[in-house]
Amino acid sequence: MEFTGEATMNEVCYIHSQGKKLKSEIIRIKGNVADLQVFEMTTGIGVGDDVEFTGELLSVELGPGLLGQVYDGLQNPLPKLAEQCGFFLDRGVYLSALDEIKKWDFTPSVKVGDKVEAGEKIGFVKEGIFDHWIMVPFQLEGVLTVKSIVKAGSYTVNDTVAELEDEKGERHTLTMKFNWPVKRAINCYAERLKPSETLITKLRIIDTFIPVAKGGTYCIPGPFGAGKTVLQQVTSRHAEVDIVIIAACGERAGEVVETLKEFPELIDPKTGRSLMERTIIICNTSSMPVAAREASVYTAVSIAEYYRQMGLHVLLLADSTSRWCQAMREMSGRLEEIPGEEAFPAYLESLIAAFYERAGIVRLKSGDIGSVTIGGTVSPAGGNFEEPVTQATLKVVGAFHGLSQQRADARKYPAIHPLESWSKYTGIIDKEKTEYGRAILFKGDEVGQMMKVVGEEGTSLEDYIIYLKSELLDFVYLQQNSFDPVDAAVTPERQRHVYDLLLQVLTAKLDFAGKEEARNWFNRMRQNFLDYNGKEWKSDEFNKLEEAISQLLAEKKIGVEANAEGIVG
Amino acid sequence: MQKVYSKIESISGNVITVTATGVRYKELAVVETRYGSSLAEVIRLRGDEVALQVFNGGRGVSTGDEVRFMGEPMKVSFSDNLLGRIFDGSGRPRDGGPELTDTMIEIGGPSVNPAKRIMPRNMVRTGIPMIDVFNTLVESQKLPIFSVSGEPYNELLARIALQAEVDIIILGGMGLKYDDYLFFKETLETGGVLSRTVFFVHTAADPVVESLLVPDIALAVAENFAIHGRRVLVLLTDMTNFADAMKEIAITMEQVPSNRGYPGDLYTQLASRYEKAVDFEGAGSITILGVTTMPGDDVTHPVPDNTGYITEGQFYLRNGRIEPFGSLSRLKQQVNDKTRPDHRAIMDGMIKLYAAYKESLEKKSMGFRMSEWDEKLLTYGEMFEREMMDLSVNIPLEEALDKCWEILATCFEPEETGLKTELIAQYWKNKV
Ligand SMILES: Nc1ncnc2c1ncn2[C@@H]1O[C@H](COP(=O)(O)OP(=O)(O)OP(=O)(O)O)[C@@H](O)[C@H]1O
Ligand SMILES: [Mg+2]
Repeated sequence: MEFTGEATMNEVCYIHSQGKKLKSEIIRIKGNVADLQVFEMTTGIGVGDDVEFTGELLSVELGPGLLGQVYDGLQNPLPKLAEQCGFFLDRGVYLSALDEIKKWDFTPSVKVGDKVEAGEKIGFVKEGIFDHWIMVPFQLEGVLTVKSIVKAGSYTVNDTVAELEDEKGERHTLTMKFNWPVKRAINCYAERLKPSETLITKLRIIDTFIPVAKGGTYCIPGPFGAGKTVLQQVTSRHAEVDIVIIAACGERAGEVVETLKEFPELIDPKTGRSLMERTIIICNTSSMPVAAREASVYTAVSIAEYYRQMGLHVLLLADSTSRWCQAMREMSGRLEEIPGEEAFPAYLESLIAAFYERAGIVRLKSGDIGSVTIGGTVSPAGGNFEEPVTQATLKVVGAFHGLSQQRADARKYPAIHPLESWSKYTGIIDKEKTEYGRAILFKGDEVGQMMKVVGEEGTSLEDYIIYLKSELLDFVYLQQNSFDPVDAAVTPERQRHVYDLLLQVLTAKLDFAGKEEARNWFNRMRQNFLDYNGKEWKSDEFNKLEEAISQLLAEKKIGVEANAEGIVG
Repeated sequence: MQKVYSKIESISGNVITVTATGVRYKELAVVETRYGSSLAEVIRLRGDEVALQVFNGGRGVSTGDEVRFMGEPMKVSFSDNLLGRIFDGSGRPRDGGPELTDTMIEIGGPSVNPAKRIMPRNMVRTGIPMIDVFNTLVESQKLPIFSVSGEPYNELLARIALQAEVDIIILGGMGLKYDDYLFFKETLETGGVLSRTVFFVHTAADPVVESLLVPDIALAVAENFAIHGRRVLVLLTDMTNFADAMKEIAITMEQVPSNRGYPGDLYTQLASRYEKAVDFEGAGSITILGVTTMPGDDVTHPVPDNTGYITEGQFYLRNGRIEPFGSLSRLKQQVNDKTRPDHRAIMDGMIKLYAAYKESLEKKSMGFRMSEWDEKLLTYGEMFEREMMDLSVNIPLEEALDKCWEILATCFEPEETGLKTELIAQYWKNKV
């Protein structure tokens, strides 16, 4: 595209083509020629079409009314678009992201003469269960003086609520919403802290063995069909955070529909409100335009940072970051840049790092604590983790939940590989206890491998028991049935309780005459635990099964393994 | 307004370039050569240099041939008159019937607004236990059969098409062997469904690039039927040929390949077709069953790999059987909670045991002594393969579930199955 005058990198333009205005972004400038990527299908665009410059960078609209929304990658509200255009996503139709008619009850928290800075609160409205802070727009610089502020009352997002004067004497009129360029991290907080508190997912294998921290990052690589999306879906339901943002990036539309239709019906046990009230969906699925897919993860993370700025804990789930990287690859290919590995752009690593860097737990200037946690799935070509996106991601994240095809094939869900996965964060159970379990898994795996070489007959009874213990731990603790109403979400309290009980079995010295007897006994133990996992916490049946487990254990227990003394009481 | 240009500047593979103005991206053109005319589509505009892909191929195109721009993108006629008709890869009649020109619709149109989709909810019954019990097929699903040449994948497609309760069947053939084309025609005719079938068939003898249009035409027609309330089943065979045609164009255009010569946008290209599968709120639906042959039987090959990441599962057809491992229906959980209370547990439990059987089998092949448990698994595995996996088995879901309990009771004690006590109490069959 040729232009005269000024053009800015990442500036939004509209191409006027056959009576439609197609949104695009400047992605390269050379002399008086700019390259645009078009956020729409490009059919019908011709040489000679006019281009309109907006002078604005690609931005998100921030303000009350984001929660519960379903947006495309450019923050078009999809249900509203459907009302206007019907079944299909027509090109060139852009709607405002926030409801412009709805009135919000605004309560001011500053008065004329007060000094404020970017990101500080000047009042709040009630958005669902949250106090949604109305803040000084993040791009305003220096210390500003409040020149006027409206009284408590009902206002739309477009009504003026305050006027501020900056150090240069310039006046700024504030409404309850403002725009923010998506590719810039929001950093008007006091300081970034180290992620130390566990983010509860209610999945046993994660919270106990490979935990996530509030403000941390983690990734879920895995071949197709291994369970990445299901894992994120259950996390989005059960995770103990204030707000969940789901970025469905270049994946199936059907999966978003599940969330879309189910969440309004599901009640969040913590708040008693519909899950949708704490959820925002940014959805740019695989058949939607590729350029908007690239933008969608940035739209999502900007909204996450915005809510963090109100002292809330936000979880961003991106499925799949590989599609985002592929979108960059497609763009880079069109620009004929020198390609890196597998034709990904050479700057791939730094962009992935910069994205995950936008996670973090922070202390705000008000003293409140807020966090953004990012969990991204990775879809490696051929299921092989030795590829650029997985490798670049592993370098920057704090936890790795690698999914295994073998475990998925054997229906061992969630198919997270317990030995290969790792986490740098602290979990909900004492480390020496989890290390004991992990050691059993490790040893059991070794024995299992050995048995493939020397057969069961060549394995000692002692080793065979370790093998059975590791199988038990795997079957009744690592595996979890996401479709069982009780087993799907396990509270930390229950996890600790069940793990302690299981540890009684794992640490016990057991007396068996032979392998056959051992196997039968472990089968019965497994059956009890399986039923136990499906019972309501502390219900009669739960207690009864616990009793049965202890009795069964007592029949064969002749002491505690030497290396376990001090771990179990 | 049609513009005619008579100077072709370059011909390379199936791509030609001409100097022209006022041309739009994706616009259709006709190239008149001395061997007949061919459709071509604008795939790049650079200043006034226009690149087109020629669907009949570059062979025989001469620099002096005429290129006539049509002023609009590719369209296809849509009406009930399509039913029972057979067309070639670019929509021309192949059955000697009249050319159709009423209500022309655009192909490759915009995607459905996710907010207007509804959750899939109807099971498609096939009578094949490996599908009905273990990987239930659901209306509006998109699902390929992963296979290698020589396997009866087209037979499987035809069998499902005949059993599925749908209003319309659309067959999109890409690089289809002529014999297979005749097979489909005959089978659908014998099954009495030909009158509600539309064929868009590109055969192995036709120019490769022409197969590029098949999915778009087939799906555009399907979409319009679905909007008019019909339940449509689209069969696409073989999508690997479609991907290979794309690869050919990409190489000619000197695009940087990402993996084994395939263009970096292979995922996006395949997805934009498969994502046409949909259940419309208040209207019909599109279910897509495809075939993806795996070159070298390698599932990590870019075509099956990218496909697997897009579709809602896949059926592995190997040695004439649907493999329990790797085969997957991602939509099964939308329907298998409404079939019978034991369906889900049986589905997972039987496969877990089958996985254990495979391990015992491996041990056995290495010459180890079989424990009592191994022996049980061996009996189980053989029974499972015979009574469940064999494709000749054709029984309704409920019967298949009963059969599963029978197999379990024949081979195991209840607590060896890993199934919950309540279910066992309800369904366990006493040994016969
Ligand atoms: N925790 C689970 N419990 C039961 N079934 C599961 C679980 N996880 C995955 N599955 C089964 O596996 C299927 C595929 O899972 P999922 O869609 O999450 O895979 P994925 O890794 O996201 O694949 P892709 O990369 O292709 O998107 C699901 O539809 C479901 O049938
Ligand atoms: Mg997925």
